[in-house]
Amino acid sequence: MSYKLDGWQEPTLGENLARAGVERRDFLKYCGSLAAIFTVAPSLLGAGNEAMADEITGDLIAEKLADVTKPNVVWLQLQECTGCIESALRSGGTTVEEVVLNLLSVNYNEAIMAAAGDAANKALDSTNAEPHILVVNGSIPVKDGGIYCTMGGKSAEQVLRESAENATAILAVGACAVWGSVQGSNPNPTGAVGVDQIIRDKPVINVAGCPPIAEVITATVAYILTHESLPRTDAEGRPLFAYDQRIHDSCPRRPHFDAGQYVRTFDDEGSRSGWCLYEMGCKGPSTFSACPIIQWNLHTSWPIGAGHPCIGCTEKHFYDRFTPFYHALPNVTGLGIEATAETVGWGLLGATVVGVGLHAGATALRHAAAQKKGDEPLEAFGDIPEPAEPVPAGEEPAASGEEA
Amino acid sequence: MAERVVIDPITRIEGHLRIELETANSQITKAWSETTQFRGLETILQGRDPRDAWAFVGRICGVCTSVHAIASINAVENAIGSNPPEQALRIRDIVLGAQEIQDHVIHFYHLHALDFVDVAACIDADPAKAVAFAQSIGSNWKGNNLTRMTAVRDTVKSIVESGQLSVFTNGYWGHPDYRLPPEANLMAVAHYLDALEFQRSMIRIVTVFGGKNPHPNFLVGGMACAIDPNHSESINQVQLDAVQGWINECVDFVTNCYVPDALAIAGVYKDYFDIGAAQPDFLAVGLTGATYAGDPANARVKSVHTEVEPGVVHLDGDKVSVEAFDPAKITEWASSAWYEYAEGDVGLTPDKGETTVKYTGPKPPYTAAPNDGLPWLSDNPEYTWCKAPRYDGYPVQVGPVARILLGYARGHARTKEIVTMAAQKLGITIGQLNSTAGRTLARAAECLLAAELLANESFPTFVANLKGGDIDVFDASKWEPSSWPSQCSGYSFVEVARGNLSHWVTIENGKISRYQCVVPTTWLAGGRDAQGQQGPYEESLAGNGKHPLADPTQPLEPLRTIHSFDPCMSCAVHVLDVDGQEMAEVLT
Repeated sequence: MSYKLDGWQEPTLGENLARAGVERRDFLKYCGSLAAIFTVAPSLLGAGNEAMADEITGDLIAEKLADVTKPNVVWLQLQECTGCIESALRSGGTTVEEVVLNLLSVNYNEAIMAAAGDAANKALDSTNAEPHILVVNGSIPVKDGGIYCTMGGKSAEQVLRESAENATAILAVGACAVWGSVQGSNPNPTGAVGVDQIIRDKPVINVAGCPPIAEVITATVAYILTHESLPRTDAEGRPLFAYDQRIHDSCPRRPHFDAGQYVRTFDDEGSRSGWCLYEMGCKGPSTFSACPIIQWNLHTSWPIGAGHPCIGCTEKHFYDRFTPFYHALPNVTGLGIEATAETVGWGLLGATVVGVGLHAGATALRHAAAQKKGDEPLEAFGDIPEPAEPVPAGEEPAASGEEA
Repeated sequence: MAERVVIDPITRIEGHLRIELETANSQITKAWSETTQFRGLETILQGRDPRDAWAFVGRICGVCTSVHAIASINAVENAIGSNPPEQALRIRDIVLGAQEIQDHVIHFYHLHALDFVDVAACIDADPAKAVAFAQSIGSNWKGNNLTRMTAVRDTVKSIVESGQLSVFTNGYWGHPDYRLPPEANLMAVAHYLDALEFQRSMIRIVTVFGGKNPHPNFLVGGMACAIDPNHSESINQVQLDAVQGWINECVDFVTNCYVPDALAIAGVYKDYFDIGAAQPDFLAVGLTGATYAGDPANARVKSVHTEVEPGVVHLDGDKVSVEAFDPAKITEWASSAWYEYAEGDVGLTPDKGETTVKYTGPKPPYTAAPNDGLPWLSDNPEYTWCKAPRYDGYPVQVGPVARILLGYARGHARTKEIVTMAAQKLGITIGQLNSTAGRTLARAAECLLAAELLANESFPTFVANLKGGDIDVFDASKWEPSSWPSQCSGYSFVEVARGNLSHWVTIENGKISRYQCVVPTTWLAGGRDAQGQQGPYEESLAGNGKHPLADPTQPLEPLRTIHSFDPCMSCAVHVLDVDGQEMAEVLT
């Protein structure tokens, strides 16, 4: 089924699809695929019908979706710095105006919504009561009963759980929402964790980065609307369209790495010539992100392009695993040694040498490594043991009891 | 009879703020400013490499992005004795200038304007009249044309008629205190959208030098971006031409759109020059962008209008006086905050500051609407995560209004010229700048100064230096920790969008042993101190018992006053822990 999104011109999804020339049987087929993709919450079915949760069919979803008008969105900001919504404001592909006014109805977002207080809380409650897309910026501090971040008097965890209940898609946008980021770093004083550590019964798309590139944020939303499915992701839940390559693999400075041309001191002749920043601590060899491809702020520049080593902000625990930031990554073979995944093979998993030339099969290997327990960590991929338990013993997030 | 009101969340701010009020006869009699987020970043910094600190504290805030990073590198350089080259300092000035302009524009249009502009009312507007209205207020903005105004009205109309109002859901549309005519509402909504496009374009100034925005990269000892007119991979004429173009956009937008809009809205809501006064004392170390590494009295590194010396301004009616600024007079109190000091309820200077969490509030959830049966935070003497800074023992205001008054008091010619122009146009006195509308007007006036500074001084100086062959951007002599004293400390003051920011660092054996930030919103959003003095937010709402609040379910009036401070709550809450053990005791 192909459906070109050209704005939301008719009142309901069904009418919009008809307008776009989508046949009813295609729509049903699509809804059948949706049944497999989305977890539909029992409450969506109405009281007394919870038992139907196991019998969700394409027909049922079609019935629900045909009446949907513009997709409603709850865009939460939990424990964070607002940098992710600021980044979204900078998007030049699908602009934030397009997202907020034409593609979606963002009924709750603290940074930009008009209403405050009681009126804002009512907007949140009523949107939560229906199927909606949930976007989350910020982490969830679970220590000490949730006292470290509250909104509308509720703990961040309670707000998240209530908003996730009827969500049809959940996007964790930014390092805080993905894993806790800076406040989740050692010693993690507030017990900050990511969305997928609280919401375990639904898929969470992790749009990583501190912040993520503006166009990656809006494109993840647009992807869902355009492709009518969640984007394919890597093992960490990151959409492949933006996180399938290491920065090192698509870096325009890569030829200098292969040629052994390194910046030795900031502002030296190599720095002015755009040589490789590996020795200055660049985390590009261990960082999956499309920064060199998409670049930042309407393709103006990007961190390495402006002479600073990558700090690896799309990787989990980069504030602990990748610091000190100006120390070169350990165990990176240099000088243009290339190898393919096939030649290195599984022996790599326990090896002390990790070739940065492994770009061809790096992603697959990384996933294999992540799934294979008991193997030695891949230091150059940042896979050293986690520095601190994010949730202290005995302080597991409350499973219930906060709905009262 | 007193009525209790809670506004939580305060939206269109950065971070999480809650306000509890008592009202009588539609006026506010008591107010509590309650910050409900805590992250503990300074604790996390202990034992880290001080050259990494900017990347941690930069994440204190993504709205005023860059400013904490710049304050941090200045403080660390001050401690280790690094001397960033002239051109690196000029680049930081350019970045700070661009950041401030973007921040003020976003604040006015996207965080504050909906307190005055009825979005829903613009569907009744005649687009031709909106163009005429824009011209009548002296707005020469290129977006003031019939095609644009018609398109914006139709967009808003389709949204309103669809019943799905997106970010305008449950707004206070139709509130009797929305006073603009329909065409002014339409013009304002059009400029709201234009401002989004403007900030997206001009922020690229920062990206050229810092590689990304939000959260660009910085470097202790200078900047990482090489500049060399004769290298393709350095910043060269190609980037300079682009930056010049974006600076021209800044001057155009601020001069022709923002300032006329701010003056027009202030003119319609003129009674707000008599509403929302906070303490009549103001602290600033200079004009917008002023930066000092160390004590301003003898700082090695300082920049931006250093002829306007730091000072504390006192307003007595319309009489303005200024006293010299002494960093040693800054203290922070935890009287109303969820921390305890070893010495009890005293004020501590930032270099001796401590924070041990002692939460005494109710377990969440707490009340979000009257009569929901849940506890109120103001039932306890401690009610916020925000400490209360004081200067010489009393609360002060910081921010654009403080800097404008300092420039005025110190006789800065362009500041006096702009203030006089605005005051004459609106028929207000200098004393009325201490008000809700005064803070909003001062921000617009300052944005004009910032755009002029960027266009006429910061960038031209950078280019002139480059023309003279000055391309050094990094001091390598103090890069290695072995070149540092085994124990050293430093601090910095920077005048950033929301006011005076200072970072304080102590380094032992190459690692951070203490880190503290005293932040604009902390100065403003903090609660009561041991003497019972309210913080500026609280004073502005409940200082004279006359602040209006007509309908507690539609708290438009207090939102106007709180937004006039441009709250940044993540900035406001920081914790210093000088002794990791104390923190551990609390947290385990």
